[in-house]
Amino acid sequence: MKKILVYLKEYKKETVLAPLFKLLEASFELLVPIVVAAIVDTGIKNGDKRYVMYCVLIMAALGVIGLTCSLTAQYFSAKAAVGYSCKLRRVVFSHIQSLSFSQIDELGTSTLITRMTSDINQIQTGVNLVLRLLLRSPFVVFGAMIMAFIVDVKAAIIFVVIIPILFVVVFAIMFLTIPLYKQVQKGLDGILGKTRENLSGTRVIRAFNKQDDEIEEYDEKNEGLNRLQNKVGSISNLMNPITFVLINGATIILIYVGAIRVDEGILETGQVVALVNYMSQILVELIKMANLIVTVNKAVACGNRVSACLDIPVEKAGKEDDETENSESSSDNAVEFRNVSLAYNNSGEMALENIDFAVKKGQTVGIIGGTGSGKTSLVHLIPAFYKATEGEVFVDGKNVSSYIGEELSDKVAIVMQKAVLFKGTIRDNIKWGKKDATDEEINEALELAVAKDIVEKKENGLDEIIEQAGRNLSGGQRQRLTIARALVKKPEILIFDDSASALDYATDAALRKNLKQLSYNPTVFIVSQRTSSIKHADIIVVLDDGRVAGMGTHDSLLENCEVYREIYESQYRKAGE
Amino acid sequence: MAKGGTLINVLRYIGRYWYYLIVSLICAVVYSLLSLYVPILTGDAIDMIIGKGNVNFDGLASLLVKMAVVVAVAAIAWWIMGLCNNKITYSVIRDVRKDAFKKIQKLHISFIDSHSHGDMVSRVIADVDTFADGLLMGFSQLFTGIITIVATLVFMVSINFKIALIVVVLTPLSLIAASVVAKATFNMSKKQSEIRGKQTAFIDEMVGNLKVVKAHSHEDENMEVFDEVNDELKKCSTKAIFYSSITNPLTRFINGLVYAVVALSGGLEVISGVISVGCLSTLLIYANQYTKPFNEISGVVTELQTALACAARIFELINYREIVPDDDDAYVLDEVQGSVELKNVSFSYVPERKLIENFNVKVEPGQRVAIVGPTGCGKTTIINLLMRFYDVNDGEILIDGHNVQNITRESLRTNFGMVLQETWLKSGTIRDNIAMAKENATLDEVIAAAKAAHAHSFIKRLEKGYDTVIGEDGGSLSQGQKQLLCIARLMLALPPMLILDEATSSIDTRTELKIQNAFAKLMKGRTSFIVAHRLSTIKEADIILVMKDGNVIEQGNHEELMARNGFYTNLYNSQFES
Repeated sequence: MKKILVYLKEYKKETVLAPLFKLLEASFELLVPIVVAAIVDTGIKNGDKRYVMYCVLIMAALGVIGLTCSLTAQYFSAKAAVGYSCKLRRVVFSHIQSLSFSQIDELGTSTLITRMTSDINQIQTGVNLVLRLLLRSPFVVFGAMIMAFIVDVKAAIIFVVIIPILFVVVFAIMFLTIPLYKQVQKGLDGILGKTRENLSGTRVIRAFNKQDDEIEEYDEKNEGLNRLQNKVGSISNLMNPITFVLINGATIILIYVGAIRVDEGILETGQVVALVNYMSQILVELIKMANLIVTVNKAVACGNRVSACLDIPVEKAGKEDDETENSESSSDNAVEFRNVSLAYNNSGEMALENIDFAVKKGQTVGIIGGTGSGKTSLVHLIPAFYKATEGEVFVDGKNVSSYIGEELSDKVAIVMQKAVLFKGTIRDNIKWGKKDATDEEINEALELAVAKDIVEKKENGLDEIIEQAGRNLSGGQRQRLTIARALVKKPEILIFDDSASALDYATDAALRKNLKQLSYNPTVFIVSQRTSSIKHADIIVVLDDGRVAGMGTHDSLLENCEVYREIYESQYRKAGE
Repeated sequence: MAKGGTLINVLRYIGRYWYYLIVSLICAVVYSLLSLYVPILTGDAIDMIIGKGNVNFDGLASLLVKMAVVVAVAAIAWWIMGLCNNKITYSVIRDVRKDAFKKIQKLHISFIDSHSHGDMVSRVIADVDTFADGLLMGFSQLFTGIITIVATLVFMVSINFKIALIVVVLTPLSLIAASVVAKATFNMSKKQSEIRGKQTAFIDEMVGNLKVVKAHSHEDENMEVFDEVNDELKKCSTKAIFYSSITNPLTRFINGLVYAVVALSGGLEVISGVISVGCLSTLLIYANQYTKPFNEISGVVTELQTALACAARIFELINYREIVPDDDDAYVLDEVQGSVELKNVSFSYVPERKLIENFNVKVEPGQRVAIVGPTGCGKTTIINLLMRFYDVNDGEILIDGHNVQNITRESLRTNFGMVLQETWLKSGTIRDNIAMAKENATLDEVIAAAKAAHAHSFIKRLEKGYDTVIGEDGGSLSQGQKQLLCIARLMLALPPMLILDEATSSIDTRTELKIQNAFAKLMKGRTSFIVAHRLSTIKEADIILVMKDGNVIEQGNHEELMARNGFYTNLYNSQFES
């Protein structure tokens, strides 16, 4: 929590001034009943019309000052709350961007998005309300009590008794209902899940004629939610009537006690009116305070989550340390894996084990294996997305963990399995690969990626807007554009992580032909499930369950590697006959 | 849908609970009137307290007792009103959700296909909540608000006409001020939510694809864009929040002024002897309360509008066209041979875009049909028609000579076994999921099916085996594992006809090979339709349907099609030259 409150420092002035002006406003508000009492007890009693007018003018003046104070306070608190949350959001965004791949895996992106959006919004509301109300409400409640003491000590005892009782009632109901509301939320999540599940599975459910069973299950959840809602509702429904009775009961007692005091000549009628007024001010503020606490509670919970997110240490990828400095690989090798093992997040289970091979510059490497055999893990080690748990990975003769800044990512371009494009023009998207790419370079890359026709079909050419997540493109189009994005960079090492899966065979073949003709002769890694895609590679690495099951050319593997042969035959056997 | 229609729909749901509604309304009247009567009693009580030695204790006592009774009755009425409102709200919520869910099971698939699921879920969940809260709470607030205003006016006029008039003249001030602020706030909030939406979309995109961002070292550029939007949001948000927080102080101020004017004129009237001090006190309390319902009502109107808008979205779903129910005398398909014939079938999803026209194919029992074509060519259309997820526009589909239109959907679908490309599992145990195909399946049967689908070995390794609960949409299972479970389902039911849609696309080729063997066994003697990618399946098929742009352009077996040297030949060559 402390960690995120630090950023409030920039708004020190506002965070002090806002509550201060709120207090001022409340004080003026508390003076009004006194003035009314003066009207009754002095003005009316003496029939002094001028005095009454004078008092009313004071009331009006109090109103104006109160308004000024309160507007000032609102302004400062809005400024502080918004400024703070924007600052916080920036810090969190920057922090999230610095997380490593394994941290992203661990956290999941959807939670990170929630932290940045709804959690921080909630914090903003919390800060705003705290600045405005946290001091004001108790001040009015206790101020009213103190004013009552000033008017008459004996009558004020009633305040001393009733305020704690009100507190207990309001907060007891609140604390009883908060956990129940959480249950309601859970119940709601349950029927939400059921609804979503049934929408995505309509075909299967109908195919198995399971509609009635699903309705039954849903009804059960729905009824459960209903019972729970009625339960919470009936508790929180007690709040209003009970506080109403308490306040009015106290008023009745107050009037009676007041009457006795007036009879004794200690109080005057107007003062009794003032006391009654103070009583009615208390309730409003108490309810506000209860709501405030709910909001603050939520904001604190959100704050803790955001703070936990900031607590995640940044793993420095480009840290130089002596141990790695010493070992070097031959610089003829574009990439070398030296006895590399990888376990994700210390799960203990090895995703890769004892991977050991070297690739000469300009070679094409095919990586093949079943799902979950570690193909993607292997290529993700090259741009140091993950750190090898054991062993070393070298790029261009240098250990990947000793690269600093963007030095490594300048050498390597990777086309990921999932083709992701961003909102913006086609040109902007391709430029992700090379920030200062000219149109000429972009067109060249598009041509190489067999993606020229996509642009040509579009009305605005390169300026055509791609919608978020590339919704207005087909899977194959997206994939070809991501390939172009990698090619525009003209990197030393090009990695295709199963990135031709949505392409039909003809396009795939054309793409491979183009890759062979690249003038700058990059080292190419092709990950695939299809033997046809990697058949002509200089080296084929066959992975099986995280280990190298075989390495060599297509022909030698067919002869020596059983796993490879099985894969090949599963795709070709019958076709070849 | 027209607003009136929505309202009628809403009233129909509320109408089921009319007795609660009536009780609630009666209580609202009782509570409002009594709670307004309290200040009058307070005023009267004050009038009993005149000065030293001049207090009418007898009168005071009886007044205070009366007050206690009034307060007690008002509180009880308030309590009952709350209970009734809760009952109505929650019951309506439940009923609407229930109907919506039932509807989902009967909706025409085109609706589900063409609407975002997130949107539909939010209709059933969020919209129903907003609707019920807004409508029912709004309704009761509107009602009590109006009663309060009218009754306050009557009470005030009965005390002093002049002062009542002053209050009536001055109140619009507060309303005008509130509406001016509300307008400014609304514009600013609108702008704020626009920018916030922009920012959220950006965050969603960049954080959601963080790995891609990092792979391209695009963090700094992102930060720049982020800062730009963030600063814009800061400016706009500060204003929006400030404006919206003006309303309260401003109305409070104007109420204060009204209060002061009442104090002035009331004070002068007391001095002139027209009214008593107690009456002044009552008037002051009223002046304090009077403007509140106005503010509430103006809020209620917007709330009601939102509620109606939400209701319209829900009822759009609930009232959407249902699938035509089976005829009462529809044929129950039993003992199927498995001959399938499509006769002059025409079909399109939307009338403007013609897809299949005059399509004919005859499949003998036990034959294998492969459906091939480039991605996105509409291969699933045939499945949609066979399973009657969609109905043909023209022509007929015959199974064992019976038109599918005249067969009960249930018996039709029971006779087809289907594995779709998109694997779907329900949250529940693995056993439940496999047993979907056959109610009351024993564990042994389930295990046998899982073994046949090569799923047994991975299920066995899970901590709780077949009782492992999997979360929504398969949870932690890999795509391949999910597909194996779907296949196991099929193995359990062994229906006479099969539909396989790229069923093994996410399974590595070696496992696939094993499954293919199981499939081969399964397909023996069963009419099967396979959306095929693998050459072996295609070549072995008795009939190959070649699809392009939604239409079947060629059909025949492999040799026939190759001999034709058409689209299929091209496709075949491009796929397998290397």
